[in-house]
Amino acid sequence: MSIKRLSPEEALALNKFSVDEGHPHIVIDKAICARCSDRACLVVCPARLYRLKDGQISFEFAGCLECGTCRVMCSEGGVTSWNYPRASFGVTYRGS
Amino acid sequence: MADDKFDTIVVGAGPAGCACAYVLAREGKNVLLVERGDSAGAKNVSGGRLYTYALEMIEPGMYQRAPLQRKIVREQIMLLGERTATTIDYFDPSFGKKIPQSYSVVRAKLDEWFASEAEAKGAMLAAGVVVDGVVEENGRIVGIRTGEEEMRADVVVAADGINSLIARRAGLFPDVEGHAVGVGVKETIELPDSVISSRFAVKDDEGAARVAIGCTDGISGGAFLYTNQGSVSLGIVFNPEQAAKQGRHIHEILQDFKMHPAILALIDGGTTVEYGAHLVPEIGYRGIPEKLHREGMVVVGDAARFGINTGLIIRGMDLAIVSGLAAAQAILGTSSLDEVGPLYMRKLEELMLLGEERAYQNFHRIFEIPRVFREVPKIANEAMQFLFTVNGQIPTPMVHGLIDVVRRNVTLGQIVADSWKAYRSL
Repeated sequence: MSIKRLSPEEALALNKFSVDEGHPHIVIDKAICARCSDRACLVVCPARLYRLKDGQISFEFAGCLECGTCRVMCSEGGVTSWNYPRASFGVTYRGS
Repeated sequence: MADDKFDTIVVGAGPAGCACAYVLAREGKNVLLVERGDSAGAKNVSGGRLYTYALEMIEPGMYQRAPLQRKIVREQIMLLGERTATTIDYFDPSFGKKIPQSYSVVRAKLDEWFASEAEAKGAMLAAGVVVDGVVEENGRIVGIRTGEEEMRADVVVAADGINSLIARRAGLFPDVEGHAVGVGVKETIELPDSVISSRFAVKDDEGAARVAIGCTDGISGGAFLYTNQGSVSLGIVFNPEQAAKQGRHIHEILQDFKMHPAILALIDGGTTVEYGAHLVPEIGYRGIPEKLHREGMVVVGDAARFGINTGLIIRGMDLAIVSGLAAAQAILGTSSLDEVGPLYMRKLEELMLLGEERAYQNFHRIFEIPRVFREVPKIANEAMQFLFTVNGQIPTPMVHGLIDVVRRNVTLGQIVADSWKAYRSL
């Protein structure tokens, strides 16, 4: 393989993840997000896990790089809970 | 249950936590080092370069045991145009002599090694354990909570990184703010060592560290490239507030940078093997919380937001190690638990960490000058193009040509204002 542009999905597919099905470590309140005009999460989440679907913010916790940017940049409090994944879950970096 | 009580619990086995646990265990303290990753380093991402002096402060010669990557002998600054690049390359083999000044590092390897060093000195390493909160009694932090379990200690050291949930849950300071951090994104790209050495013109154990501006769509921030053993680390650190105000996703901007012809030439034929992201403390001294300790707790490393970024020198891990050492010295230096916190602050001064931070305390203001990230690199490249162009035509007189380049990009007023601001910041 050679160097090419990677989509966020392609980049994340390179990482080792263990997804804690049914236990999202970050929770958003879509009603609050609906009132938010900044929506910084859409551009600053490195994994691009915040997306706009039919005008609504949606969030997918699998693939989270656990950086904290969404929490820090959330202006309206839509990120209602931000924790690290439970033990042995989440991303495992091997070469970073 | 007295048996379950530790002298110190260190939360987080990064450089700060490992340094602290190592020194405490070496001096005979009963230390628990808790790490949420399955192994130390498994949750960490950094540029990364480690300035060696910090390890030497822990123990002379320690760096020789560490799984360091390449000793940095080339310091490179790159100013990028859309498809052009101007690179300043400072080669200094004396940076690699005797005790080399700095090394590129891979955190999965470095942190795992450092934690094992602490273990070898007698610290108990509990990896794969997420700390949910602190235990407080009579106004003191007396331990940590993980799931249903409580673990107790005289002192809890919060070494849990920039997001420091522990320090916040202990009520020490509020969450870090967007203007005070950078969000870093990074690809680890594998390349054969021989290719890295020849492309960067270094010997096989030597390496280059490169910073670049002009690749962030005008957002305050810059790129980095570090040569490792068998890989290069390529990434960008952005100011998230400015990134949020423009429309393009930061991952997209990293891809543009990676595909810039001057960058692609360095990494072509390589394979991206990992994509990471992390927050970094970005405004140095002014970002450090007022309170770094309370009864039964001290805060070290990224959790205390120690960082120095001059644009050329980017430091975090070395400061983390020094702060871990300061915490250990404070814990060892007094028999009164109430004295640990104040002594920690004095140790941070004695070990010169805070003095260094203060020396650079206005530096981040340079990064508030918007033109640094778009117009300055553009001017540099347009000037080079003008100076190197030969086309058989009568050229514009040199001084006029250069003035034209500057005028195309900035106004006289902007030059005066920016120069003044830069002067005031330095």
